[in-house]
Amino acid sequence: MPVLPAVAPFGFIFGTLAMETGFDPVQTLAMAALVIAGASQLAALQLIHDGAPFLVIVATAAAVNMRMAMYSASLAPEWRGTGHGWRAVGAFFLHDQAYGLSISRYRSRPAESPGDRLGFFFGTVATTCTVWMIATALGIAVGQGLPEEWGLHFFVPLAFLALVGPMIRGWPELAGALTAVAVAVGLTGLPYRSGLFVATAAGIAAGITCRRAACRRERSAR
Amino acid sequence: MSGDTLIWSVIGALALATYVIRYSFIGLIGDRKLPPALAEGLSFVPVTVLPALVAPAVFSDADGAFALDAAQLLAAGTTVGVGIWLRSILPALIAGSGVYLSLAFAL
Repeated sequence: MPVLPAVAPFGFIFGTLAMETGFDPVQTLAMAALVIAGASQLAALQLIHDGAPFLVIVATAAAVNMRMAMYSASLAPEWRGTGHGWRAVGAFFLHDQAYGLSISRYRSRPAESPGDRLGFFFGTVATTCTVWMIATALGIAVGQGLPEEWGLHFFVPLAFLALVGPMIRGWPELAGALTAVAVAVGLTGLPYRSGLFVATAAGIAAGITCRRAACRRERSAR
Repeated sequence: MSGDTLIWSVIGALALATYVIRYSFIGLIGDRKLPPALAEGLSFVPVTVLPALVAPAVFSDADGAFALDAAQLLAAGTTVGVGIWLRSILPALIAGSGVYLSLAFAL
């Protein structure tokens, strides 16, 4: 499975950094098992470490997961007609890699029944979530033994940025990302990390503006 | 909130909020599509909130004061650049970590 290399390192990094942030092993495993969304878990760790208030931590980490509303909207018609209970259970395990694998399989097999589609999804998450939990447990067990001078603290920013690169598909995304960075750096130190929300909103606005401008150029070029 | 209470509260609230997001269209809204304007805005959330979250750490020194640290900036740039180039997470993380470790040890 080509996506497993993308699941395992994040589980390991999360397990290691959660322990460093002051989680005990039970809390670390509980978060990995109940949230199943590495980027938002790392975001929560960073904000707990920064001493942000509860609502800011939860709102920011949940905002990181808002993209899953798009996955949910995209999968809903594919699973139409299957039992509500099974869809409700499936939703619990929905994450980036499972969505990507499932939707590409559905696109390549248009005639497959909704039941088989949901079955494929469950087969996928059984694998990815097993690897996810094992990697998290490994991070808990051996992460603390890694040498301090490896600068492990700087791996959190790098891990986030590694997620961002592949999602930048054109100038609008790049404009949004750079705007968000500039505003976030400019507003560092505002209370409750409120600069984060302003920076995200500014980045979204810049991205949409850039995409509209690009669309206009394409139309007038025709 | 003290440490343990805060951690368990964050785990519970984040798990619940994330489930509501995942369940939204699959369970409640059925076949309706996201409004296009909302979908466009949501599509920009990951590429803006994640860089904004880590930017202060990239542009600061160990004490949290604003700083232009060559190892951090080059490692961050390499990570994003390789990610855009190869469209893949792991090579980006390995390349960025390699740059950071070699520069941090060299300087």
